[in-house]
Amino acid sequence: MAKGIIFDIKRYAIHDGPGIRTTIFLKGCSLRCQWCQNPEGQRTEPEIILRSPRCATDCNQCVSVCPQDAISKDGNSIEIDKAKCDLCAECEEVCVYEALEVVGREVSVQEVMEEIKKDKIFFDESGGGITFSGGEPLMQVDFLEALLKEVKKKNIHVALDTSGYVSFEELDRISDKVDLFLYDLKIMDNKKHEKYTGVSNKLILDNLRKLAERGKSVAVRIPLVSGINDDDQSIQTLVNFLQSLKNINQIDLLSYHSGGREKYKRLKKEKLPKAFHSPSKERIEEIEKILADSGFSVKEGV
Amino acid sequence: MTAEESATYTDFALINTGGIKQDGSDAVNELSYLILDVVEEMRILQPSSMVQISEKTPDSFLKRALEIIKTGFGQPSVFNTDAIVQELIRQGKSVEDARNGGASGCVETGAFGKENYNLTGYFNLTKVFEITLNNGFDPQTGKEIGLKTGVASSFKSFEELFEAFKKQLKNFVDVKVKGNSVIERLYAEHLPSPFLSLLIDDCIAKGRDYHDGGARYNTSYIMGVGLGSITDILASVKYNIFDEKQITMQDLLKALENNFEEDETLRQRFLNKTPKYGNDDDYTDEIMKFVFEAYYDAVSGRPNTKGGFYEINLLPTTVHIYFGKVVGATPDGRKAAEPLSEGISPVQGADRKGPTAVLKSASKMDHVRTGGTLLNQKFTPHLLAGEDGIEKLAHLIRSYFKLNGHHIQLNVVTADMLRDAQKHPEKYRDLIVRVAGYSDYFVDIAVDLQNEIIKRTEHKSF
Repeated sequence: MAKGIIFDIKRYAIHDGPGIRTTIFLKGCSLRCQWCQNPEGQRTEPEIILRSPRCATDCNQCVSVCPQDAISKDGNSIEIDKAKCDLCAECEEVCVYEALEVVGREVSVQEVMEEIKKDKIFFDESGGGITFSGGEPLMQVDFLEALLKEVKKKNIHVALDTSGYVSFEELDRISDKVDLFLYDLKIMDNKKHEKYTGVSNKLILDNLRKLAERGKSVAVRIPLVSGINDDDQSIQTLVNFLQSLKNINQIDLLSYHSGGREKYKRLKKEKLPKAFHSPSKERIEEIEKILADSGFSVKEGV
Repeated sequence: MTAEESATYTDFALINTGGIKQDGSDAVNELSYLILDVVEEMRILQPSSMVQISEKTPDSFLKRALEIIKTGFGQPSVFNTDAIVQELIRQGKSVEDARNGGASGCVETGAFGKENYNLTGYFNLTKVFEITLNNGFDPQTGKEIGLKTGVASSFKSFEELFEAFKKQLKNFVDVKVKGNSVIERLYAEHLPSPFLSLLIDDCIAKGRDYHDGGARYNTSYIMGVGLGSITDILASVKYNIFDEKQITMQDLLKALENNFEEDETLRQRFLNKTPKYGNDDDYTDEIMKFVFEAYYDAVSGRPNTKGGFYEINLLPTTVHIYFGKVVGATPDGRKAAEPLSEGISPVQGADRKGPTAVLKSASKMDHVRTGGTLLNQKFTPHLLAGEDGIEKLAHLIRSYFKLNGHHIQLNVVTADMLRDAQKHPEKYRDLIVRVAGYSDYFVDIAVDLQNEIIKRTEHKSF
């Protein structure tokens, strides 16, 4: 059976689609959005995160247990030599302070299903279900497809949070098993999109158009970042594009928060991303109004 | 009960609203909503208020109650009428009397106007384990007060240890019931209540006082305290000593005796690397069920002196704090004198998988065989924001009640609690806050971001 790499399972997820949901975070993403809030979801492979404030100065367990001698420690500051580390996770096991954690673990479809089934009663009661998020879940399309098959056997509602940056064949492969697409649209201007996310938006826009043509249920999600995609022109281009599509009327606005930078520190990424900001409350309300006046149903995410 | 033990002077009157009528139909009416209006406007702490939610209760009533709960003063609490009715019927009440009943005091069920149901005393389950681990000896007072059920290091398996615990448990319930009988007779013979006897059914017909078996039903409750603590303690012993063989019983006893002074690493292992109740994990939840069954078997169905029976409920009022003071360090990583868990809630900070996991764990016991259980659940304001938040919370509660949960009290996390979490992160390891498009453990995020969330929490005008 197919196996995949996930980095989190969150129960009582209430911001990722209708009802009470369990969100499965699949690891790996082709985009490198500079404001990424889940940087631990970018790389496909597992990696170690450090929560230094939890680390005990007088504890040396991780250093002594590491078979590769990859860990050094000064006070509560841990250094891991990534070249030596083979992610055996022995350090995580001995770290009773939970300062070291391997994010990303290989799981089978069955293991994920066990977790999913636990909250079935809440899904049934609330009209909720499962949301696959990431990362970009379609990066592991075989695993995702196998999972979707099992989830659908149980008659559970499925939402898929996607960047849309995948081949349409892959999207199409799973689209009949997805009840709701949460489709991220970041920047309409292609040059800007390339600059801030690392990839062109052409494929993303094309795929959205095709999904809409097939009558799929889609909610467009827009992460609002001040100075990047919140100006009048950006919003107008977005409106024009979405109005040219069939069947799209739900927009979720998500506001950016610099808190994600904290996670970069834990991941020991070489470069901390630039600090972006969310638009002001007033500006978000203005944008909401523009979108609503253009006939969209708008929800502000939190 | 002394002031030291209770630390509160509330009178425990509880206004029941909602529920069902004697014929089983929905009882919510205009007055029910008016009562909620008053509760909201006056924000009175006494009498306390609660709503009874049955399968037939309209969503609008539940949501109205949740809007008030959201304002963050802990009321009204939410009860499951359908569970209450089943509990009362199991205890032998007629269907009509059960439907006319409800919960009073903390969470205890009763057939209003027809029953003398008494809370006869709190029972410290964790203390019983401490005495078991010390072969009948109480290390806190230096006295031998229990049975000699065997030296801890002689137990070959978890099952043997648990058997000893059960024996000890039964013995202390024996002692308790013996004392109760004397007290019950004192009331019956020397403290009659003629006024109450006029109001409670069958006292006049039987010609007997309320305290002497005059009421139609006579129930004596013994309240089990610290279910989460005792479960985590037993799970830790099973996991670390018998299953994983991380440490020996001797080492454990030494660490407990020294209050973990030189064993902080071991304590952290108990706190962070050991299964905990409240995470929908069968390893611990099965142990919780063993404890539940043992306690139920020891108490339920014993006759009292009024022609009625003993039943259990699982509520602590505030005694879990006092009971904690008289128990030394425990194998769940709790230090000596710290509070025990309350009601059937997980140990503070032990539940890390969110509210659905807590409710699943708590629903694995058979609530119907109790006379009430108390579950407290913390909620951060972001989980309750907007109409959507209320809607989903309503579904969460309905699901718990489908699983036969008896009661849930929702406490909204306040800015003050978050400040306390900055000072005592170890107590708030489970606290998840919404940062923006994602959530994170509050105690893990940087101080400036914590401060911002505190500000946000303060300014959120519900």
